[in-house]
Amino acid sequence: MDPTDVRNPQYYHKVVDCQWACPAHTNVPEYIRLIAQGRYTDSYMLNRMSNVFPGILGRTCDRPCEPACRRGRVDGKPVAICRLKRVAADLRDEIDDRLPQAPAQKNGKRVALVGAGPASLTVANDLMPLGYECVIYEKLPQAGGLMRYNIPAFRLPAPVLDAEVDAILDMGVDIRYEMPVTSLKALLAEGYDAVFVGSGAPRGKELDIPGRWDAKAQIHIGIEWLGSVHFGHVETISPRVLIIGVGNTAMDCCRTSKRLGGTDVKVVARRSRPYFKASPWELEDAEEEGIEIVENHAPKRFVIEGGKLVGMEFEQLEWTEADGKQKSKVIGTTVIPCDEVILAIGQDNAFPWIERDIGLAFDPKWDMPVVDRTTFMSTRPGVFFGGDAAWGPENIIWAVEHGHQAAISIDNHCQGVPVTDRPPDGMNLVSAKLGMHAWSYHNDYNPSSRAKMEHEALVKRFSDVAVEVELGFTPEQTAAEVQRCLNCDIETHFTSTLCIECDACVDVCPVNCLTIAPDGRGEADLRARLSAPAANPDQGLYVSAALPQTGRLMVKDEDVCLHCGLCAERCPTAAWDMQKFDLIRAVAGGLEHAI
Amino acid sequence: MTSIVKPPVKHPSLPRNALGLTRRDYEGAMSTLCAGCGHDSITAAIVQAFWELDVPPHRAAKMSGIGCSSKTTAYFMKQSHGFNGVHGRMPALTTGANAANRDLVYIGISGDGDSLSIGLGQFVHAIRRNVNMLYVLENNGVYGLTKGQFSASADIGSTSKKGDENEFPPIDPVLLALSLGATFVARGFSGDKAQLVPMLKAGLLHNGFGFIDIISPCVSFNDHVGSTKSYRYTREHYQELAPVDFVPLRKEITAPAEAGAGDAMSVAMHDGSVVRFRKTPEDYNPRDRDVAYRHLRDHQRRGEIPTGLIYINERSQDLHTLNKTVARPLVELPYEELCPGNAALQELMEEYR
Repeated sequence: MDPTDVRNPQYYHKVVDCQWACPAHTNVPEYIRLIAQGRYTDSYMLNRMSNVFPGILGRTCDRPCEPACRRGRVDGKPVAICRLKRVAADLRDEIDDRLPQAPAQKNGKRVALVGAGPASLTVANDLMPLGYECVIYEKLPQAGGLMRYNIPAFRLPAPVLDAEVDAILDMGVDIRYEMPVTSLKALLAEGYDAVFVGSGAPRGKELDIPGRWDAKAQIHIGIEWLGSVHFGHVETISPRVLIIGVGNTAMDCCRTSKRLGGTDVKVVARRSRPYFKASPWELEDAEEEGIEIVENHAPKRFVIEGGKLVGMEFEQLEWTEADGKQKSKVIGTTVIPCDEVILAIGQDNAFPWIERDIGLAFDPKWDMPVVDRTTFMSTRPGVFFGGDAAWGPENIIWAVEHGHQAAISIDNHCQGVPVTDRPPDGMNLVSAKLGMHAWSYHNDYNPSSRAKMEHEALVKRFSDVAVEVELGFTPEQTAAEVQRCLNCDIETHFTSTLCIECDACVDVCPVNCLTIAPDGRGEADLRARLSAPAANPDQGLYVSAALPQTGRLMVKDEDVCLHCGLCAERCPTAAWDMQKFDLIRAVAGGLEHAI
Repeated sequence: MTSIVKPPVKHPSLPRNALGLTRRDYEGAMSTLCAGCGHDSITAAIVQAFWELDVPPHRAAKMSGIGCSSKTTAYFMKQSHGFNGVHGRMPALTTGANAANRDLVYIGISGDGDSLSIGLGQFVHAIRRNVNMLYVLENNGVYGLTKGQFSASADIGSTSKKGDENEFPPIDPVLLALSLGATFVARGFSGDKAQLVPMLKAGLLHNGFGFIDIISPCVSFNDHVGSTKSYRYTREHYQELAPVDFVPLRKEITAPAEAGAGDAMSVAMHDGSVVRFRKTPEDYNPRDRDVAYRHLRDHQRRGEIPTGLIYINERSQDLHTLNKTVARPLVELPYEELCPGNAALQELMEEYR
């Protein structure tokens, strides 16, 4: 077999499961180590470099990193990565002098950004320091987009949001509130060097079933209703509320209802729990607040009596799996009485303001602009898309990554470089050895179990929609949780020419990652001959060159490596070493610089 | 030494043996030997062998004397009985322990100093008596614990780390054991667990004195270019006499002999399990002491290091059988039987008058 090419930054990057899974590739292990050292500000700045909104994301992120976390495969529960990010944000010092600054001398290029959500703000964050002049058009009176209007204040307090949005706007972004763009053609005519569309997916999906239009005042669209609550247009709700849909917006709607007077709040889902779209922790938080989740009910009609909504009729479904597809069968109908209904069954994009004759192609099937997955450019050069506006609803962290990538393209486009000409990622790889058996990281395995977030008492949290529910980790919880991190970025690095095949590493490995095996017929064959089953094909095999004495191969299954460094400590020739991996990402204007 | 102890977590799908235990359950304390020591590899092979044999750790006894090798009993099966005795006296201790409790599985770990210098007298008498135990000699040809002097198993012409040449002839423990009538004689290499583990298992089940000499390179003092017990030298001169498989009692024998191999040969163990020789050279017979001896000498003359299960006597009778001792361990005998009192003693004394 060919030896694994660890000079390609993506091999070791993939070993850092959390960083690999994070759309913005946040350097999670390093920021957790910085928290462990009490360097909260450094940790915050490291976060900010990739995800721009650590305080916001530390409370609201969809956390793709956590299901990926190696600790989850080792002891069942991932590290509480997301809430540790909040620790850094909560405990940081003033950062004004460390934030990127826009130069006084501009580069003469003007970029228009449509919508002041996370995608546009990220573009501005990356382009302002390079001397671009950024103009954001926002239809609402405040910046933040979905982060402000759709995420309730009990999950994301306004001061946290304001601080992180202002950090970008204060670089001198020209933001024009309450100025919706009604014509892209007109905007383009203003002579911008580039236009970025980050206007989100602002239209809540409709449920056009009988009765929908007969009691309009009692039936709401989830994201619109949340916006109305934010602006104070809606201050109360009736006691019996049904939420249709079981995504994260549904969770925000049901929990907000509880705070506005809803006493009997039910979330109704078509499918059963394993298929719910909401994150498991958001479901748990809703249930903790006494919200009932009704499974396998498909809406049939709104029940209207005397012009008033009195309930909803549902078909009760039974799901069976056939040929790998889920099929439903109606096994009955039922009416659930209610006073108001909130529809939270998804969001659509809407581009009525983009003319179809300006050389910007739309996909006829979905009526969505055709956007390149790498460059984020539409078919009209100079017009870029990102966030939910690009390919439909995702989440904040994806919008941030779209913004970073679009900023690279916009910079290229404005500087006359092809947008496809993107600098590759780099890496630093430095030995973590400090002495005989001393490493520059805490290599011992900590058996603590995952810290549980404390919540505000129910009575207090229902008193005001702005009372934040999650209280943050205590110092003790933080101290234990940071040590649960396995330091996957401290890589096991092997130099085959030094190996004397003494088996010391193989014998000492607590999780049987290592095998010295004769070469065989490819990876599948090798996987079948390892010290312990290597049944997770998502995780790489690190295969050495032929070993000097017998020509066998050193094979490491990355799956459950604890990064404890014992292989390197027991290696008599330092063939195994622990080396700190740093991914250096390409950003607009060059490569990231270390904090 | 390591900076941390081995974390308690294990691979989530590690296989379990008939007792429901994983290999990790047969481990001991962290090794304090030098990184890369062959002894640690042997320890891992012993862990594997005991685990595969489903020996309950509390039914085994680990015996040792003094030396790097003798420290290793601390590094496996922390729930087992153990006795770390005086230098070279492990055979006597094991003989005594075995006399008192014949039901335990005995493994004695020794080194070339402990067995071939200070303990040579003890070693040869344990062979003579055919004590039911597995005797592991971790052989590195050097006194590692005292900084690298030649041991009694160092070959003529092999050099110390500083370059001095050894001029005394070595004691070959395998030839010695064969000549003394040992009933199970094998040689392994710490760097070849595929060969070592089946031999350890067979040796543990052998009814009588099972002897395995294991070349176990000393990384600190005897792994250099002039050494004849280095990893590289051993691998370059390694000759497997007759590869064996160990087929435990409860496993059906289905695997056919390797294609193209010579006549396979099966030797039944005391408990009904089988040691199967995958192939044996045409004129080689591991049941014939003289043939085994000749083969060893032939290989040695060619400068090779013959390894494998070299000799086995399946009709071996251990010390208990030869001494016609009571069938049960003494600990299980009622006090009245174990110490029948003055009257019985006087009766016995009468017999000798």
